[in-house]
Amino acid sequence: MTVPVDAGRRRIEELLEEHEEQILGRWFEIAGTMSGGHVDRGGAAVPFGEIYRALRRSLTGSEGGSDLRGLLAELSRSRARHGFTPSETASVVFGLKEAVYEIVEADGTPEALRGFIWFSRLVDEHGLFTFETYAAARERIIADQAEQLLELSTPVVKLWEGIVAVPLVGTLDSARTQVVMEKLLQTLVETGSEHAVIDITGVPAVDTQVAQHLLKTVMAARLMGAECVISGIRPQIAHTIVTLGIEFGDIVTKASLADALVHALRQSGVEFAEARSPRIAVRTEAG
Amino acid sequence: MTSSGELPINGNGDVVLVRQEVRAAALEAGLSLVDQTKIVTAASELARNALVYAGGGRVRIEIVRNGVRAGLRLTFSDDGPGIPDIEQALVDGWTTGNGLGLGLSGSRRLVDEFDLRSAPGEGTLITVTKWAR
Repeated sequence: MTVPVDAGRRRIEELLEEHEEQILGRWFEIAGTMSGGHVDRGGAAVPFGEIYRALRRSLTGSEGGSDLRGLLAELSRSRARHGFTPSETASVVFGLKEAVYEIVEADGTPEALRGFIWFSRLVDEHGLFTFETYAAARERIIADQAEQLLELSTPVVKLWEGIVAVPLVGTLDSARTQVVMEKLLQTLVETGSEHAVIDITGVPAVDTQVAQHLLKTVMAARLMGAECVISGIRPQIAHTIVTLGIEFGDIVTKASLADALVHALRQSGVEFAEARSPRIAVRTEAG
Repeated sequence: MTSSGELPINGNGDVVLVRQEVRAAALEAGLSLVDQTKIVTAASELARNALVYAGGGRVRIEIVRNGVRAGLRLTFSDDGPGIPDIEQALVDGWTTGNGLGLGLSGSRRLVDEFDLRSAPGEGTLITVTKWAR
């Protein structure tokens, strides 16, 4: 005996209408146990009722399910922000299947069972949709953070009156260099500095692209009347730069930030009081 | 011979990833800090070349052994336009892009073995090896 899909679908719609309260109650319980008992964690409450009604509206086909998708997307986004895993989020939706199945089982008609297959597929689709929205929301968060990190990771600090420093950490790509250059040039203007130290201690590898970016930044600073010193050139980096054949020309480079600061101070005319000559202790063995 | 599979090079993020993987492999192969930095820098140059001139490519990272010596072998391949004049491409300061023109020639100096195979329209295959001392 075969049951037409339409009949099954109609039966499910009827059941969803008749047992709304019961299904909602069970769904809430199941979702609670599935997502580890914290459905309402941190204000990320699931609007079960609203989702349920939107689902029923989407079944009658009056507005094509865009309402439901909007609600599910909103659910995914808020749960992504509250630190739920995608499985926890999707299992809330999948929980509806179990709740409805109990009603279908109680009903026991072939129509209801046939319809449940169709309904199950529908819920799966919606569950996967929350999964996708969840991933998209997470990607958004990561992209936002990357941008914030870009801003945060390129501070320009004032070392002395007229001397600023840019400690570079991590990978220096085109986007980073752009930010560094803009910030450095802006700070040079704002502070009226004539000396800048670019410290690359935290840059793991200097290849030709990084070198080119550094050279351009130094040139741009020069155009504004400021002299740049590149510091933090570690032995292995020096080795690599020489082997690669990169020439820094007349740009002053120093091994450490301290050396660069001393150089810049001297250049800007700061006089160092000569330190007392080291005392030489002469010890004579008695006897 | 251990192989850690192929990595795709399809964007700037992949170049960073290649660098990290090569550094980890170089450490595993027992390369010194200077040699690690050299092979990582060479990998960075060659990966970027594949990206800029061929629109993307792949790299295979392998730890190889020659008797008791361990080394790191990187194989970069792409399906780009290929290099018409290999000798000229290996001249310092020669570039068809807007870089310093030191990537390819410099990479050759950074490694112990360098093999470049390319023909117009047939892509480019570069194999480099750095041995632990």
